[in-house]
Amino acid sequence: MDTNKLTQQDIIRQGEQVYKKPELLLNNTMHYCPGCSHGVVHRLIAEIIGELGIQEKTIGVSPVGCSVFAYKYIDIDWQEAAHGRAPAVATGISRVNPDKFVFTYQGDGDLASIGAAEIMHACNRGENIAVIFINNAIYGMTGGQMAPTTLLGQVTATTPKGRNVERNGYPLKITELIAQLPGTSYVTRQSVETAMAVRKCKTAIKKAFKNVLAKKGTSFVEVVSTCNSGWKMNPVKANKWMEENMFPFYPVGDLKDGEKADPSLYSKKN
Amino acid sequence: MGELKLMKGNEAIAEAAIRCGCDGYFGYPITPQSEVMETLMVRAPWDKTGMVVLQAESEVAAINMLYGGGGTGKKVMTSSSSPGVSLMSEGISYIAGAEIPCVIVNVQRGGPGLGTIQPSQADYFQATKGGGNGDYNLLVLAPNSVQEMHDFVGLSFDLAFKYRNPVMILSDGAIGQMMEKVTLGDFKPRLTSEEIENKYGSWVTTGKKKNRSRNVMTSLELNSEQMEKNNIRFQAKYKKMEEEEVRYEEYMCDDAEYILVAFGSCARICMKSIEMARAKGIKLGLLRPITLFPFPKKPIAELCKRVKGFMTVEMNAGQMIEDVKLSVYESGIFKPVKYYGRMGGIIPSPEEVVSTLEKKLIGGN
Repeated sequence: MDTNKLTQQDIIRQGEQVYKKPELLLNNTMHYCPGCSHGVVHRLIAEIIGELGIQEKTIGVSPVGCSVFAYKYIDIDWQEAAHGRAPAVATGISRVNPDKFVFTYQGDGDLASIGAAEIMHACNRGENIAVIFINNAIYGMTGGQMAPTTLLGQVTATTPKGRNVERNGYPLKITELIAQLPGTSYVTRQSVETAMAVRKCKTAIKKAFKNVLAKKGTSFVEVVSTCNSGWKMNPVKANKWMEENMFPFYPVGDLKDGEKADPSLYSKKN
Repeated sequence: MGELKLMKGNEAIAEAAIRCGCDGYFGYPITPQSEVMETLMVRAPWDKTGMVVLQAESEVAAINMLYGGGGTGKKVMTSSSSPGVSLMSEGISYIAGAEIPCVIVNVQRGGPGLGTIQPSQADYFQATKGGGNGDYNLLVLAPNSVQEMHDFVGLSFDLAFKYRNPVMILSDGAIGQMMEKVTLGDFKPRLTSEEIENKYGSWVTTGKKKNRSRNVMTSLELNSEQMEKNNIRFQAKYKKMEEEEVRYEEYMCDDAEYILVAFGSCARICMKSIEMARAKGIKLGLLRPITLFPFPKKPIAELCKRVKGFMTVEMNAGQMIEDVKLSVYESGIFKPVKYYGRMGGIIPSPEEVVSTLEKKLIGGN
């Protein structure tokens, strides 16, 4: 049998299909490197928007960085923001369209460095948006420079002898800061390196999206991710390096799961 | 006749925003224009028209909120003053590149840097020649009265949506702070979601509907050939503005031998200078550009045929004079163009204007 002529039906027998490409994931070939976490998270977002049936009210805001082209891959309306400004753009969309569902998708350089002010204030105001934060501890798009989340000793293009506190300061645990802000209702840290992690991450993103649909303020999902090109490792080794080095410093799990802060806690009486 | 009120220029902007059906104002406090947001917060339009008013954490955030809101087809605006507008320049360039309609008010103060809080027109270049990166133009309107501060808000939104381009109202601290009587505009309802979808469905990001392909707001295009095409389209738009949107006012030009060219508060001062000059027998007139981009080149070329020369009066080191010189050059008729101005927040006096005119233009020094 000529395998080139096989149709999808020839390969997948009725009743045996356990997984398929989400309808909202477009056919454009992704520009991400093999082993990169972005593709997996994109797929989860496409799946969840489809499952929740919210395509017609969803506006995604893509960042500057590797995921600058996120808008090419998921079949929803998108706005491409300036570097770090996605939370402000999302605020603008959401405030004048309170009936819409708005989320940002940002990397560590975008969210934790150049956009640190925008993310802090959007979360502090409790903007009704979801934030997906991909933390791979490096600037991928520009060629592997140091990010605010780069670990101490980690070698990057701008820390060729490893990140050094005297010269570069400390790695920023921005998600821990975000969890302190009263406008957030759900803050969690996830990963997508195993099938089980992917399932957990999907549950977390779905919960974040549902919170926003229920107008519970800002929900924030960090995904500790690999950048095998930037880290100069093959995908398997990158996953191992992430488990051994990233997880001890950026532990996976919920940091906050509840409601926005009760305003009375912030009144004069207290 | 509409309701007549005495108010500040900044208050007139706020009142106009509510009345013209604006959906959202996003701003950050800065002197001398903070009354815009303060007035809006007191008027609380969210209870009446549903207009959103939000104090942003910075001008950087405010302009990006305009990107977001404008990208959904809503009428959104901000106001600031010179250093704040510099901070917004990144966002303005992205907005121009993504072709998002919105209105930006600059109540100018003296610069550079933190400068002063007194009135200035030193952001003329920034407003009309760019400010942010890349080849783009804003449509720039220059009000010279509190009435025009009020009237230009609705006009700016109409032009912003007509061209899918940001529009700037370039005012200054004198007009923002001074009080005059204003005839207020009528209340216009905000557009409904259905109206926005029907009018702008081809580009707005309001959530992908079954009957249309997805819309994306972006200024990014890595394919150079396509990016050049985008630029050619932008330039065609700016050219159309030059053909259709030039606005200006001539004052006592019919018999004039000399012409003052001034915009905004300087144009008001020049009207007094003309009265003083004419008392001395000097036939002086005023050309007031109302749109700074597109600049009224043709009216200046027409005047070149019958006047002896021009003098610009500006609250800067001589910025608009470059556009006047270009206009004279393009007319093919040589006429001298002189400049008089003050900087650092100082407003020129009518006397200074006349004495400089006599010395520099009439006296030829």
